[in-house]
Formats: sequence, C-alpha cells, structure tokens
Amino acid sequence: MRILVTVKRVIDPYARIRVRADHTGVETAHVKMAINPFDEIALEEAVRLKEKGDAKEVIVLSVGSCASQETLRGALALGADRATLIETDEDLQPLSVAKLIQAFLLIESCDVVLMGKQSIDGDHNQTGQLLAALLKWPQATFASKITPQGEYLEVVREVDEGLETLCVKRPAVITVDLRLNEPRYPTLPNIMKAKQKSLAVLKASEMNVDLQPQIKILRVDAPPVRKAGEKVNSAAELVQKLRNEAKVI
Amino acid sequence: MEDFLLLDELLSDEERLIRETVRHFAENDVAPIIQNAYEEGFFPRQLIKGMADLGLLGMTLPEHDGGLGANAMAYGLVCQELERADSALRSFLSVQSSLVIYPILTYGSEEQKKTFLPKLMAGEAIGCFGLTEANAGSDPASMTTHATRVKGGWLLEGSKMWITNAPIADLAIVWAKTKDGVRGFIVEKETPGFTRRVIKHKMSLRASETGELIFEKCFIPDECYLPGTERGLPAALSCLTQARYGIAWGVIGAAIACFDTALDYTKERKQFNQPLAAFQLVQKDLVEMFNEINKAQLVNIRLARLKDQGKLTHVMISLAKMNHCREALHIARMARNLLGANGISLEYPVIRHMMNLESVFTYEGTDNVHTLIVGHHLTSHNSI
Repeated sequence: MRILVTVKRVIDPYARIRVRADHTGVETAHVKMAINPFDEIALEEAVRLKEKGDAKEVIVLSVGSCASQETLRGALALGADRATLIETDEDLQPLSVAKLIQAFLLIESCDVVLMGKQSIDGDHNQTGQLLAALLKWPQATFASKITPQGEYLEVVREVDEGLETLCVKRPAVITVDLRLNEPRYPTLPNIMKAKQKSLAVLKASEMNVDLQPQIKILRVDAPPVRKAGEKVNSAAELVQKLRNEAKVI
Repeated sequence: MEDFLLLDELLSDEERLIRETVRHFAENDVAPIIQNAYEEGFFPRQLIKGMADLGLLGMTLPEHDGGLGANAMAYGLVCQELERADSALRSFLSVQSSLVIYPILTYGSEEQKKTFLPKLMAGEAIGCFGLTEANAGSDPASMTTHATRVKGGWLLEGSKMWITNAPIADLAIVWAKTKDGVRGFIVEKETPGFTRRVIKHKMSLRASETGELIFEKCFIPDECYLPGTERGLPAALSCLTQARYGIAWGVIGAAIACFDTALDYTKERKQFNQPLAAFQLVQKDLVEMFNEINKAQLVNIRLARLKDQGKLTHVMISLAKMNHCREALHIARMARNLLGANGISLEYPVIRHMMNLESVFTYEGTDNVHTLIVGHHLTSHNSI
C-alpha cells in the first residue's frame, strides 16, 4: 500500500486571528503558521500503517506557497518518506486543489489518499469528497478508526447517529477526524534526517489544471463581539425576556 | 510571546522545528507535573526518558560519536524551551550535556567514550559535575579535594557541595588537586568510599535535586582518570563555558514564561473598572520586560552563529550569562509584582521561575564573577 497524505499550511490554531484592514481575508503575514491539525492526524495514521508493515511508502503533498516547504519538512520529520509541493501563491479553492491532487496522482500512483476532513482556515470540508468524485474512487469521510483488510479498508466514521462502519475497496480516499489518533511530536534525530529526504517542487500553473476560482469572496468580517449578559430575578422574568426580547421561544 | 522583531526569519526550518518539538514536550509532558514536583521537591524521573527519546541528550555531538550533529542554535533553542517550563529541566540538560558528556567527549579516552557516552545519551546513566566545594565556590582553585597516586590508580579524598543531580547520578565528573595540578576523574556511584548526601531545605530549583559528594579513601582506577585534563583547572572551566552558553538561552525562556503570564493576567484582571494593562505604570513594566527579552534573544542568536563558526569567546558568554540572568530575574520579579497576591501562588508559574532564577543568577559563575571577567577583558586588569 502506498499512501498519499495531503497537508496544508494554516494559521496556528492557537494564534490570534485578525481580519485584514481591507476585509479581503485574514492577516497571514507574520502570524504563526502550523500544519493543519486534521492533516497531522492523517499523517500520523499513515506513518503508523507504515510502521505496522501495512504501507510501503508514505508520500506527503502540499498545495501552497513556497513557505509550505517548512510544513512539508515537518511532515518528513514525522515520518513521511518524501514530499512534493505544488507551488502557487493563489489561495486556491477546494475544486482546484482536488484537481491538482488528481493530476499529481497521475505522476505518483498511490492506492490510498489520507486527508484531514477539512482545513481549519477555510473549513470547507470539500476537497476529499471532490477528489474521490474526480477519481471515481470510493470515499470514507470523518474516519475515527482505519483497519486494513486485504484489498479493503475498514473505516469507522463518526456520524450524527453514532459510529458507522464502512468497508471501502482500494484505491480510496479517506478523510480523518479528530479522534483517530494522537499525533506524536517529531524527535530531533528525525528532524535532522528529514533534511536528507527528497522534497520536490512543481508549479501549479504547469499542471494543466483549471485553477479559476468558482466562488468570489466579497468581504470578510470578524464575528461580532458578544454583548454582556443580563441578570434576571426570576424564572418568570427569564421566560418573558426569552419570549419577547430574544424571541427564541 | 509574539515574534516582534521577526527573529524566526534568522532561524532555519530545522531549527524552528526543533524548537516547536521541545515546546510541545514542555507544554504537554512537563507543565502538568512540574508544579507538584517543585512543591514536593523532587526531579520527575520520567522526564529523563522523555528528553532522551526526543534526542536532546548529547544532541550537539558529532554523528560519529553517536550524536546528531545539531548546531549551537538548536541547542540554545532547546535550553530556552525547557527553561520556559522550569529551570530544573534546563539545569538537568546543562549538567548532562555540558558538564558530563562534554568533558568525557573532550578529555576522555576512546575507551571511556565508548563505555559512557551511549548510556549518557540514552538517559540510562545520569551524570553530575563535582567542582564546587563548601569553601571553594567562585574560587575553585582553593579546592581541598585531592587525589594521590597509588598503584593502579588514585586515592580520592574530600567533598563537593551544591552538586546538581548528585542524588540521582550514576556517575560524577570530579575535579581534584594532584601534585601536578587539578585533574578530572569519572567516579561511578558504586565506588567504595563514595557517598552522597541530599541537600534539603532549598527554596529554589526545588524540582532539581542537589547534593553533596563525599569521597573517603575512594580508590579511582586508572581507567577512570580523564587523560585530557592535564591542562588543569582550565579544563574544568571550559565545561562551565559550555554550560553558561545554555544558561544564557535558558533564562530567557523563563523570562518569556513570566512575561506571557503577566501580559495575560494584566489584560484580564480589572481594578478601578479597567484592565490592569490599561494603567500606564503597568504598561511601562510590560514594555520593559518585552524590550529586554527581545534584546537578549538577538544576542543569543548572534552567540549561536558565532559558536558554530568557532568565533565565540568565553568573555562573550560571560557578558550574556551576566546580562540575561540579571534581566530574567528582574523580569520575574516585575511579573511577580504585576500578579499581585496571585504572584506568590504556585498556581501561576511566576514565583517558581523567580525563585529558580535566584539560583541561576548565582550558579555557573555569579553575576560579580562574570562582571569581572568582562572587566578584565576591557581593562586588562584581572581583579578576581
């Protein structure tokens, strides 16, 4: 089994988010960046599958700016065998990213694509599903457990009703959820070794893929500041306020 | 703390990754247990394995000696992140790396390197460094511990005081006077005549274990004499130079922890209907802390690059150890004050760092000693 893991460089989940002064997006200059946490879980799973002997090779792929090389180096330090960056300075939308991954799979054949269920910046939750559709591969999303069984993968999914168990035939696209595993941190020897692993760079513009955005972002605003609460003296007053002022009951 | 001067741009991807990994370790594995360890007064042993598994012990050793060949910047960042959690962690690393692994690597025989380095790097053996004595602190040349030549080895007599890791050590690098001058020895814990005593009642570095080493007609075989220490006391002092480099980085980690806590606290806490951070006097303190940390970090980054280029002098390290300990202690005290009554509670990390830094200010060359090393450099008058 050869696994492709996709990773995205996003704003660190613990960093403070500021909307750009011109409201075109959020400020990313001089903000601490990190690997998308869901992608880190996907990578950890791939590395574990390799350690158990289920996978032969783990390739990581990122679509993004030159700075994403740092994220890929981190992924190599965590145990990926080699990395590719499809470089672009555009903030691409899920369909374009899915098409680029599809194009990459023509160069590097893999039989499982492990992805985070979504990136924490765009929160689209689309790329995995779009990719599976483009490839005409089966998909299993929100995985909380993955067990290889011959040509199949048994995947436990977290759904609203509880846990659903699927069996998908490889090649397949799997997107992972938070509870799949707890990623390790890279050790120093592995960080040092990562330097020797291959990191290839391709240009998104040379991949023969339509990168035109399908959606236009009109304006980005910070969420409104929560107003201070109000103390009420009785349950009756609370009900009255909920009904007449808040109009929620 | 925000990267105000964009210092990250001066680091390589690899150096940043190493820092992040140690920061994760400090936040996830150290932070939850360190307050209790400080309160109860013990070093959490499980962290030794944690540090060894990450590859921190002996990380700067060349690959052919079993190390990772990490550079001085990476080592400095590791010290900074460990001390952000607690000075005890960085102290452990300083002793194991600079004061035990380094002298064995530099002054040891091939046989000694082969016997001891792998165990020390794996955290399977813990080392300590015996130079200071009850009556020989800043003046190590006045030591009274001595080694007399006997058949097949040496007879060691005397005692060492204030030794970090002594109670948990499997071996000690011990400096003793011989008729030819000061020499270094490796003393293993089972050696007859070698005993240790725990130093209790410390108010500082409580999560680090400190003790006394006592040698009574302690026979040290020739295999445990460090052949490269024929230079005498300067051999011991060069180990300290290595350790002081790590301290210069480490104390700024402690200062950052105090600053971060104080900034969060003063933004949250309200008095007179406004956050403390809105008061001018509070802002003045916060800015002073921030300013000193930024300056010190720039100095550290410069020291690291010079060290890798082989241009770093012991005087430069003295300047940084002196300045950074002084400023870190000052920052910790300011943070203690900004937290008001909460500043004296171990529920916040500030008082722990403040108390720890009192030791760090004094050990590995006091503030006065480093001042006079720089003074000697400036004036050519040695006044120590």
